[in-house]
Amino acid sequence: MTTPLVAIRSVSKSFGEFQALGNVSLDVWPGEVVCLIGASGSGKTTLLRCINQLAAIDAGGIWLDGELLGFREQGGRLHRLTERQIRRQRLKTGMVFQRFNLFPHKTALDNITEGPLQVQGRKFDEVRAEALELLRRVGLSAKADSYPAQLSGGQQQRVAIARALAMKPMLMLFDEPTSALDPELVGEVLAVMKELARSGMTMMVVTHELGFAREVADRVVYMDQGAIVEQGRASDVLGAPREQRTRAFLSAVI
Amino acid sequence: MKPAPALAEGFPDLSGMRIAREPHWFRWLSAALIVLVLAAIVRAFAGGQIEWSYVSRFLTAKVILEGIVNTMVMAVLAMALGIILGIVVAVMRLSPNPVLKTVAAGYTWLFRGTPLILQLLLWFNLALVFPTIGIPGLWSARAVDVMTPFLAALLGLGINQGAYTSEVMRAGMLSVDIGQYEAAQAIGMGRLRALRRIVLPQAMRVAIPPLGNEFIGMVKATSLASVIQYPELLHNAENIYYANSRVIELLIVAGLWYLLVVSVLTPLQMLLERRFARGTLRLAR
Repeated sequence: MTTPLVAIRSVSKSFGEFQALGNVSLDVWPGEVVCLIGASGSGKTTLLRCINQLAAIDAGGIWLDGELLGFREQGGRLHRLTERQIRRQRLKTGMVFQRFNLFPHKTALDNITEGPLQVQGRKFDEVRAEALELLRRVGLSAKADSYPAQLSGGQQQRVAIARALAMKPMLMLFDEPTSALDPELVGEVLAVMKELARSGMTMMVVTHELGFAREVADRVVYMDQGAIVEQGRASDVLGAPREQRTRAFLSAVI
Repeated sequence: MKPAPALAEGFPDLSGMRIAREPHWFRWLSAALIVLVLAAIVRAFAGGQIEWSYVSRFLTAKVILEGIVNTMVMAVLAMALGIILGIVVAVMRLSPNPVLKTVAAGYTWLFRGTPLILQLLLWFNLALVFPTIGIPGLWSARAVDVMTPFLAALLGLGINQGAYTSEVMRAGMLSVDIGQYEAAQAIGMGRLRALRRIVLPQAMRVAIPPLGNEFIGMVKATSLASVIQYPELLHNAENIYYANSRVIELLIVAGLWYLLVVSVLTPLQMLLERRFARGTLRLAR
């Protein structure tokens, strides 16, 4: 492990007057599970969206797998990449959304095969077999032909995870994957994520599930007002926080 | 835990009792009135100066049947052109490119802002502006030969329809959650592919009822093409009554055919709606 999979350096991002990220730097190493915690508006979701370029950064740089994202350095200047090049970079990450965002007009299986077939142009038989295997992995073999509206929230989110995995990403980004779920459905989604973490996937997880962070995360990062306040092993950050702001947040949440 | 308290006295068990029918006096009265009015209208027409034998004779006359075929051909082709233009213009309208946006808004403004009959007359008389048309050096022709009643009607109706359809399609696309675009992007789709595979199929579900409405409007709007000599239903009916002076009878024939066509279209629309409702709760049940 000589180079980080993700290297974030001095990244800033504003939405109008509101500064969502201010001078953020962070490394994520291959195989690592990093949980991002913090109040809403602290910039953790924005950070994920910048990594898969759903949002463009204003300053700084993000490198994924050694490659600068979104820009090309030439003659001492940064040139924006084309839409096509950005799409190619985006394929290295898989994104799981808070509101699942499954395609409602397609079955669970078709949701998963859509990317590999349409974007990667791979063979139907091979893609279908992999998709069925992914459905088995997330415990939904019986739901291959169900439409999203026929699935519970937890089942939808597990299909969404399978859909992201089908693109064979090297990094999985989870944006509050259990926040929109009824309490009794949170466990099944976290179980899938735990299995994924054990399999060695590099993961960045924005979450309010501190129990999950404590159990699974190699590192917990606490963010506030667009900056990283404190980071370290889960047991340290969650058990014995050094910073006053972290302590205040944790006592408010627990 | 306390034991359940006994229920209080004085509230009898009504579970065996039937609910009496309401009399609905007003409904009966109003229905009777309407029947009377309708009877009066029917009687008036029956006694009026209408030769019903002409109506039944011309209802299936060859010229009338050709007219209805031409009407339907034009309605389908012009609507197809309108939908294609509508989708393209709606996509332009929603694109981040300010040039495309302005062009799209200008198109809608121009073709929605002038009467359809005026646009038809302009297309038909294009030869007055450009006596010859063509691509310099490659091909050219006299405009009067090219701009037949058929082509003028198709362009006039289709391009006008595109302006209205673009707004229907735009509404449909706006109804699709932004998360759908993001999910499509996240699996590596570009703007156009996301539009075609993810957004449009969902937008169509919202757009089909108003599009059905627009198509019914189009069937009737083809009658305006009679002013530029396109041989559709109304035009052919007029030609007959110019010869035999049975004006009302032939207008009734045309009216019956329009009613019949529109009546057939309504169940077709429901079939289409069901096709695009895949995956929604209504079907999932």
